Amino acid sequence: MTHSAAAHEFQRDPARAAWHDQTLWMVRAKRDRMAARVPEWEQLREAASQIKEHTLSKLADYLEQFADTAAANGIHVHWAADGDEHNRTVHSILKKHGARKLVKSKSMLTEECHLNPHLEKHGIEVIDTDLGERIVQFQKMPPSHIVMPAIHLKRAEVGEVFHEHLGTPSGLDDPQQLTEAARQHLRSHFLTADAALTGVNFAVAETGGFVVCTNEGNADMGAHLAPVHIASMGIEKIIPRQAHLGVFLRLLARSATGQPSTVFSSHFLKPRPGQEMHIVIVDNGRSRQLARSDYRKSLACIRCAACFNTCPVYRRSGGYSYSYFISGPIGSILAPNVDKAAHASMPFASTLCGSCTAVCPVKIDIHTQLLKWRQDITAAGHAPWWKKAAMHTTAFVVRRPALFRLGGWFMRRTTPLLNLLRLDPWTQSRDLPPAPAQTFRQWHNQQSNKK
Amino acid sequence: MTLGLFIPCYIDQLYPQVGQATYTLLTRLGHQVEVPEKPACCGQPMSNSGFAKAGAGCLTDFAREYARFDHIVSPSGSCVLHLKESLEAQHSPLAHRVYELCEFLHDIAKVDSLPARFPHRVGLHQSCHGLRGLGLGSPSECRVPAFSKPARLLQMVAGLELVPLDRCDECCGFGGTFSVFESDVSVSMGRDRIQDHIRHGAEFITSADMSCLMHLGGLLSRQAPQMKVRHIAEILAGTEELAMDGHGLP
Ligand code: SF4
Repeated sequence: MTHSAAAHEFQRDPARAAWHDQTLWMVRAKRDRMAARVPEWEQLREAASQIKEHTLSKLADYLEQFADTAAANGIHVHWAADGDEHNRTVHSILKKHGARKLVKSKSMLTEECHLNPHLEKHGIEVIDTDLGERIVQFQKMPPSHIVMPAIHLKRAEVGEVFHEHLGTPSGLDDPQQLTEAARQHLRSHFLTADAALTGVNFAVAETGGFVVCTNEGNADMGAHLAPVHIASMGIEKIIPRQAHLGVFLRLLARSATGQPSTVFSSHFLKPRPGQEMHIVIVDNGRSRQLARSDYRKSLACIRCAACFNTCPVYRRSGGYSYSYFISGPIGSILAPNVDKAAHASMPFASTLCGSCTAVCPVKIDIHTQLLKWRQDITAAGHAPWWKKAAMHTTAFVVRRPALFRLGGWFMRRTTPLLNLLRLDPWTQSRDLPPAPAQTFRQWHNQQSNKK
Repeated sequence: MTLGLFIPCYIDQLYPQVGQATYTLLTRLGHQVEVPEKPACCGQPMSNSGFAKAGAGCLTDFAREYARFDHIVSPSGSCVLHLKESLEAQHSPLAHRVYELCEFLHDIAKVDSLPARFPHRVGLHQSCHGLRGLGLGSPSECRVPAFSKPARLLQMVAGLELVPLDRCDECCGFGGTFSVFESDVSVSMGRDRIQDHIRHGAEFITSADMSCLMHLGGLLSRQAPQMKVRHIAEILAGTEELAMDGHGLP
């Protein structure tokens, strides 16, 4: 489905769409307030951008350094070229330990690789332990937002999901009681899981350690209780030095939710005695994006979702209107890297207002990349024929003064009729302006003749 | 110094009063203003739709016709941004001689007073391309000292009261062909923009970009016809009476 068709569905309930917009705008406003409390905010963004730029230019070296140091710390390091290899690796580790139940803290990479269905196929139960993730998992839906996976649901709807899956009383929508129910439910799984899987927010080449940021402590509960801890990371998660963490940790939570920092920013350096720790380093198309110079900067993304919250299109069309598991502006530049044809409409789901670029803590030129993808996608033949025809006709007409005057004259004569008929998407909701008697050029030529 | 005035295609055809106000304003400030015959369009509609190659000819025409001017001025932020960026990509020196009207008045002509009068409550819609693209003001996402060139100019207009807005620089949803291909989201954004102005009692919405105003004005005429749109050039040139009849030609 194209973005515009999905957005049309979302907009069928204008009150709900307005609520979605307001909810996310509140997050954006909080982000603004918290960023304003850091006087050196713009310097931090610049530092983060430069560190990432530098890291991407020497990615292979830093990855190798990370892998060597991690291995020396006693972590088992695995490499995966694609999602399948990642899933097979995770499964083989679980199989070796005879694991039947995996508790997973939110990891967009495992969404990307479709890990859950793969493991479930092999009889392993996967419990998403982030509250929002657990809610959408109950619903058998993907997250609609990378930081707030169930942000599209109202409280009462969450109550219904809990009623159905956790047996809470019907109609219960008190957040405290719902959270308590979820906590008890998840606790039972933490205690009985055979293995835990976490994502990685930052992997430090210098130390071989990695950092996982959560607000609920679910990554820690899982990793600290289970005998096996698997961490899945994309190759772009690397940063060179421990000292750089300060820059990113200060930016991440403020950009994401407006918190000074996530409640838990846990540093994992080596397995605790008796535990086994694995790290799976995944490419899955990232090195292809790295080689596309126009888009390589998209790999600097730290997944804060600030660009989602600020995006007026995302706020009014919802996460499910995007065809990729990472929605929003950044998703729209990552998606065509994976499959141009399948995600052809995503880079067009933007007014190019540039708010995403201005808000991004690592200064990714998101809207410029969206515009570039539009050229690449049409050049690859993924534009509808009528759009192509319309654009070539326009280009032809505007360069020929006589034809342009004639076309303009005709258009100005027909605007009242178009406003009346309301057949095209413009006039269905908007009037075209009343046609002036004279064009600017006509007026200007008269002026010049008078002189 | 002779200025080259670039009046984009849709302003030429649909909003001649904006071109006229710009011309009047610039000549009144003592500039010699010329309008070359040929270029009608900057090529942005094609480029933003993914057909930059098809629109490249427009740029060639522009570069040829306007090369002789030291300064080129246009009352359309998004067209100017497109011209600047595309010319810069071609390493054309012209890239640094094209100015959006407010940018020109503020940075080059350095006007500090205007003989204009507009006794109304006005909401300023800071168009995205002007704001974030051309840097006509500080975007609300960034932690930089607050400023707005269009607002400074509007403050020179007698009787004009700028109203505050809840979302000071949210996009109006026009976005060129986005307004047609994604019309549901576009319309929803436009309506929210308008509501913000209505809540604060604005009588007029102004902007340095007529394309945003075309979208907002088109929505207004169906839902809140008491509120009007005015391009900033019309207000700065003090041509209220001329513009009032919608045709604007004397
Ligand atoms: S692109 Fe920037 S703003 Fe968007 S999620 Fe990534 S880091 Fe955050």
